[in-house]
Amino acid sequence: MELTRWEEDALAGRHGEVQEMAYRILVATGEATDARGLAPVQWAHLSGVNYNTIGDAGERFLRELSAKDEARVKVMTTLNPMGYDADSVDDFGLDDGFIAKQRAIAESYERMGVIPSFSCIPYDIFDIPERGTRVAFAESNAAIHANSVDGLHTNKESALSALASALTGKSPYSDEPGGPDVTIRMRIDEPDDLDCGLLGFFAGSIADASVCISGMPHMDRRSCKSLCGGMGTSGTCSRFETGEGAGGSERVDFGREELEEMRCQISSADTGDIITLGSPQLGLDEMEQLASMVRGRRFSKRCMVFCPRSVRDRAVSLGHAGVIEAAGCRIMSDCCTCLTPLVCPEDVDAVTTNSVKGGYYLKNATKVGVNLKSLPDIVRDETQ
Amino acid sequence: MRVIVHGRARGRVLRSAEPINFLGAVDKQTGIVGNEGHPLYQMQVGKRVLVFPHGVGSSVGAYTVYSLAANGVAPAAMICKRADLTVATGCALANIPLVLAGDAEFASLRDGMDVAVDTKKADMIRQL
Repeated sequence: MELTRWEEDALAGRHGEVQEMAYRILVATGEATDARGLAPVQWAHLSGVNYNTIGDAGERFLRELSAKDEARVKVMTTLNPMGYDADSVDDFGLDDGFIAKQRAIAESYERMGVIPSFSCIPYDIFDIPERGTRVAFAESNAAIHANSVDGLHTNKESALSALASALTGKSPYSDEPGGPDVTIRMRIDEPDDLDCGLLGFFAGSIADASVCISGMPHMDRRSCKSLCGGMGTSGTCSRFETGEGAGGSERVDFGREELEEMRCQISSADTGDIITLGSPQLGLDEMEQLASMVRGRRFSKRCMVFCPRSVRDRAVSLGHAGVIEAAGCRIMSDCCTCLTPLVCPEDVDAVTTNSVKGGYYLKNATKVGVNLKSLPDIVRDETQ
Repeated sequence: MRVIVHGRARGRVLRSAEPINFLGAVDKQTGIVGNEGHPLYQMQVGKRVLVFPHGVGSSVGAYTVYSLAANGVAPAAMICKRADLTVATGCALANIPLVLAGDAEFASLRDGMDVAVDTKKADMIRQL
């Protein structure tokens, strides 16, 4: 990878220790991605916010880093969800220690100039730059959405490479890939949001970088985000396109058999004690859609709906939030299904969800049972 | 052989045929692999030269790699077939040498073998 003179100096520590650390991370990122060099980015989105995931060492690292004057982001930088909803933190019996550490992490990021968006769907709540713009997104569903839907360019960044990009304003770039590694022939008619999530999970498990999906009907926002979420969970694939695929590419079918195989890797329970909707968090469109689906109906079990704070505020003023809450749902901001301490095996045996990504982490990290169902099926089965 | 993170280290090889999901599978405090299904289940990665195909899983796994170093239980070095950003950047921050090996070299690194890694030398991985 070629560096400019300034970048070489930064790597050697001549522009301070923060830049030295950041360029060390960028160089490793560049070597790992066969990059030609470093290019400016307009926007960085960071993961590594939830105290459950980065722990004490991560909290301390961010605290010590943010205490340095030079540790300030050079570009617009947004943030993934944290562990709880700041408004309702007292309602969930969270450990004081956890709350304090989580607050400290949030403060460290804010000190560095990061926007405290606490959302895994930055593409839904911020203006999208023009097509072709380079960004550095660490949340996998957001990176895939950026590359595949928004026409932006990002690596599937790690939490640290995105941080390094935020602190330097740059990210490694490679030559444009030749074409999709594989073409998936979509054999499921009228796929719902869960089918799309499982398709994404399947695609991520077989494609290294880029995949084409043929025979794909138009997806609504919920299904598209579900696909992005599923794909980011299972592998390194960072981009999908729909179409017929290049002549020479390998072709693989995704039909009932493959769907069921993916479903069984995550879904383990016939029923759930609670319901979670999110992962990715719901945007305003989906809050409106959910309101219309549950209007006049009521959930019999606890149902948590995860959306960004800015979406919740809009949903409140438009009336959607009121309808969703009248159906018995709890709307949660700043956090999401994945790795939240709000769902724990002591209280819950199994969770019903339409989220492939959420389900995967509920099963493997939270270690509860998962009952995967599409959103329409959840509303049909769990409301009266 | 490709260097992703420079450095020198010595240790006994701990070899996994399966990729490693650091966030999911490795305990940050102890360095012990806690995932029952994994070939390295209950093994401790600390101070070993960890040889595995590549990392998988969440982007936040980079913090797990860093945490292992902060807690004194990180591998001495890592040798992979393929680079992934989670492992690469975690190693970069923690200054854990990380090298990519070709098929033959990768196959030759057997579990328990004593090796020295020096990314500045022509002979980067040397059996002791």
